[in-house]
Amino acid sequence: MASPRELTQNPLKKIWMPYSNGRPAQHACPRGVCVTNCPTLIVMVGLPARGKTYISKKLTRYLNWIGVPTREFNVGQYRRDLVKTYRSFEFFLPDNEEGLKIRKQCAEAALRDVRRFLSEEGGHVAVFDATNTTRERRETIFKFGEENGYKTFFVESVCVDPDVIAANIVQVKLGSPDYIDCGNDEATEDFMNRIECYKNSYETLDENLDKDLSYIKIMDVGRSYLVNRVMDHIQSRIVYYLMNIHVTPRSIYLCRHGESELNLKGRIGGDTGLSPRGKEFAKSLAQFINDQNIKDLKVWTSQMKRTIQTAEALGVPYEQWKVLNEIDAGVCEEMTYEEIQEHHPLEFALRDQDKYRYRYPKGESYEDLVQRLEPVIMELERQENVLVICHQAVMRCLLAYFLDKTAEQLPYLKCPLHTVLKLTPVAYGCKLESIFLNVEAVNTHRDRPENVDISRPPEEALVTVPAHQ
Amino acid sequence: MPMELTQSRMQKIWIPIDHRPSLPRRRYRACGPQLTNSPTVIVMVGLPARGKTYMSKKLTRYLNWIGVPTKVFNVGEYRREVVKEFSSYSFFHPDNEEAMKVRKQCALAALRDVQLYLKEEGGQIAVFDATNTTKERRDMVLDFAKENDFKVFFIESVCDDPSVVASNIMEVKLSSPDYRDCSSAEAMEDFMKRIDCYQVNYQPLDPDNHDRDLSLIKVLDVGRRFLVNRVQDYIQSRIVYYLMNIHVQPRTIYLCRHGESEYNVLGRIGGDSGLSIRGKKFSVALCKFLEEQNLKDLKIWTSQLKRTIQTAEALKLPYEQWKALNEIDAGVCEEMTYEEIKETYPEEYALRDQDKYYYRYPTGESYQDLVQRLEPVIMELERQENVLVICHQAVMRCLLAYFLDKSADEMPYLKCPLHTVLKLTPVAYGCRVESIYLNVEAVNTHRERSEEAKKGPNPLMRRNSVTPLASPEPTKKPRINSFEEHTASTSTSLPSCLPREVPTQPLLGKACLT
Repeated sequence: MASPRELTQNPLKKIWMPYSNGRPAQHACPRGVCVTNCPTLIVMVGLPARGKTYISKKLTRYLNWIGVPTREFNVGQYRRDLVKTYRSFEFFLPDNEEGLKIRKQCAEAALRDVRRFLSEEGGHVAVFDATNTTRERRETIFKFGEENGYKTFFVESVCVDPDVIAANIVQVKLGSPDYIDCGNDEATEDFMNRIECYKNSYETLDENLDKDLSYIKIMDVGRSYLVNRVMDHIQSRIVYYLMNIHVTPRSIYLCRHGESELNLKGRIGGDTGLSPRGKEFAKSLAQFINDQNIKDLKVWTSQMKRTIQTAEALGVPYEQWKVLNEIDAGVCEEMTYEEIQEHHPLEFALRDQDKYRYRYPKGESYEDLVQRLEPVIMELERQENVLVICHQAVMRCLLAYFLDKTAEQLPYLKCPLHTVLKLTPVAYGCKLESIFLNVEAVNTHRDRPENVDISRPPEEALVTVPAHQ
Repeated sequence: MPMELTQSRMQKIWIPIDHRPSLPRRRYRACGPQLTNSPTVIVMVGLPARGKTYMSKKLTRYLNWIGVPTKVFNVGEYRREVVKEFSSYSFFHPDNEEAMKVRKQCALAALRDVQLYLKEEGGQIAVFDATNTTKERRDMVLDFAKENDFKVFFIESVCDDPSVVASNIMEVKLSSPDYRDCSSAEAMEDFMKRIDCYQVNYQPLDPDNHDRDLSLIKVLDVGRRFLVNRVQDYIQSRIVYYLMNIHVQPRTIYLCRHGESEYNVLGRIGGDSGLSIRGKKFSVALCKFLEEQNLKDLKIWTSQLKRTIQTAEALKLPYEQWKALNEIDAGVCEEMTYEEIKETYPEEYALRDQDKYYYRYPTGESYQDLVQRLEPVIMELERQENVLVICHQAVMRCLLAYFLDKSADEMPYLKCPLHTVLKLTPVAYGCRVESIYLNVEAVNTHRERSEEAKKGPNPLMRRNSVTPLASPEPTKKPRINSFEEHTASTSTSLPSCLPREVPTQPLLGKACLT
């Protein structure tokens, strides 16, 4: 009867792992996000201007944010790299042999890169963004997936509403490199002809012929969906995400609570109220919101006093979410950085080494925060105009989602007090406006110092600490 | 604008001091948005033996657990109340005018109760469980909903696989009160003819044309395929996600706590200590137990606290660590004994006994917070097959309450002793539970309801909108035989026939939990 292996706690992430001969044995897997063992190949399907690239990019952004390494492979981009100048829609005529050869080469090149990403570079999900409108093309890709041990999931976008298609063309096609030297009318006409080239050979995913494939068919920009044979957790999450996103224009406002008493003292965490300047900010925020004249604005706060006090000044209904609470600093709650350096110098150094994965003892990491905030992001996708009054670390996580920032960049995003960030979806991304509401506040942003060594002297650890009382 | 706030004593929620009416403006939620203001009627659609009642009950259990007051209204039960003796399938024949009248009356009676539940009894969602196979009947329900300002969401189950239909009949129809006095063969034959009666006039939902504007999900072939149309709001989106994740494959879920820990022995709560000697013995016993269970592809999940991981290590199998499975955070009371808590924080100590479900430790969590945190675990458990979850007392109580349909009131007092494995097997409309003590002594960490708590929660305590309820009893119950009454508290989800065949199982469950 052997006793259980000894456990050691990884100093950065505070994960308990078994070790033998003094070295951690990689045996247990901490569950950040459930990941399938097989990589997944997502294959977009649909006529041009049906939102395939929009969906690819958004989905990729979401999956990367929740920690699933994902990359999109846009075959049109490969074509633009190969055929330096785009002349006209005639390139896409079904009987243009030269065009067909090039397009096939591009698809193959993209698939080679997919294989490298999924089988050699540690990618988990690849999004193959092309029209893939014929059954023959899809069978080729499916076989490619099978040969390499990938699960294949098709995402088809079907839309016949001419207004939607016209709007898509205006949003993202007119600005394409293909039409850089064209007038808008010219470009639109050419693009409509381009779509025609695909129509005759378009074979939509079929209830009978494709009954053994895993896929989601999105109809009319999300009015209805057909979902077939979802195989695993990641496909189920992808379906849920796709069913929650929409394209209705709206704005998301992110800001922190007004300056708090602990902010003034340079202390982290805790649950204090607003300073006098913080209260000023709350009033300015009320004025700002009023001036923006926003239709049906939802206001969300955390359950900490400082965000709620801020919301109270707005005089409108708001909802409190516990998951919007600031990152839990565990044993370091309510300390200044100087005190952390004094009492926990090792922890302080580890944090600087890998701020995203670092978990405070008995507290949380940014990585934990992202997990916690996922339902907020999902609900933000469902909603229209929303103001989220939250905290520095929380705001960095949300911002990283909207602006597609990496785990390395996330913990250092600048989210100063008394500044509202207005995010408006546009084309394939997000327009960002930063509005400082003209009420002074302390700076709480601490940059990564040069020396992150655990043996560094205190001055070098504290060199980037912002001023405080 | 004073912005003066005070923190509620029980739930530690910050609210304004000036006595504005609080609830309509402020919603306190751990995660998940505002409940829709309009109540929703979920309308099941489908031929008999297509899993409508199965989905109704399961969905209702899930919605209640996440805090959305939901109730099932099964028209068949209304019919059984009115028509005391079921004769045969001919009752359902479309030409049987007398019967058609009765059946319509029953549907109307059920709708009246739906109206009462949603308008006056605080219900948020009513599940109207009937075949609803004709456009005419569905139009009637749509009109009813429109008059009352209810949202409507249709769930249709379509299945033409004869083996699935036959298996459903075996699982839940043969033991129905309708066939109490029949043999299995007789019952099966009659039920097949009953289905034929509906088939003639069945008009499936048609989202491409006639039903373009309805909000609906069509579940095809037991979840192989789904058609979703016009999801209106958050709750419908959750319902769709849930339905897409559940399955009917037979499987077993094992729940247990870590082995006895050093802190357990000292009577200290929380913390992150390792196993005691007896705790280690338990892990070894657990390993042996699992080998004997001879399971196919068992997944093992632990929390990220040392004691559950040490327990899993002894199993010599791969396991996954979930932070979401960590024990309830006792905040400032972490690592204290109950005596120390009583001495240092007497008010907190008393508050917790008054309302253990809603009570949040200062800078810590409540059971209510735990439910929110555990929802993704439940969702993934639904997707999985055989799973062993090694967790903690409060966490295990929350998970168990989901599987056994226990209310917020009961949840914090469910018995989850150390060194005891609970084996859950889905059966018919519910869950069979077996309790297996692995014969390694351990301290008892269970605290009964205090005298104070037995008086019931203080009515002045403000509630958060998230309140798990056990799914309410069906409004019209079938005739109750004496055995059912005896096991009523644990058998709301068990079909009426089961106790007769396996008399000890529900009692075991009852003994272990209350």
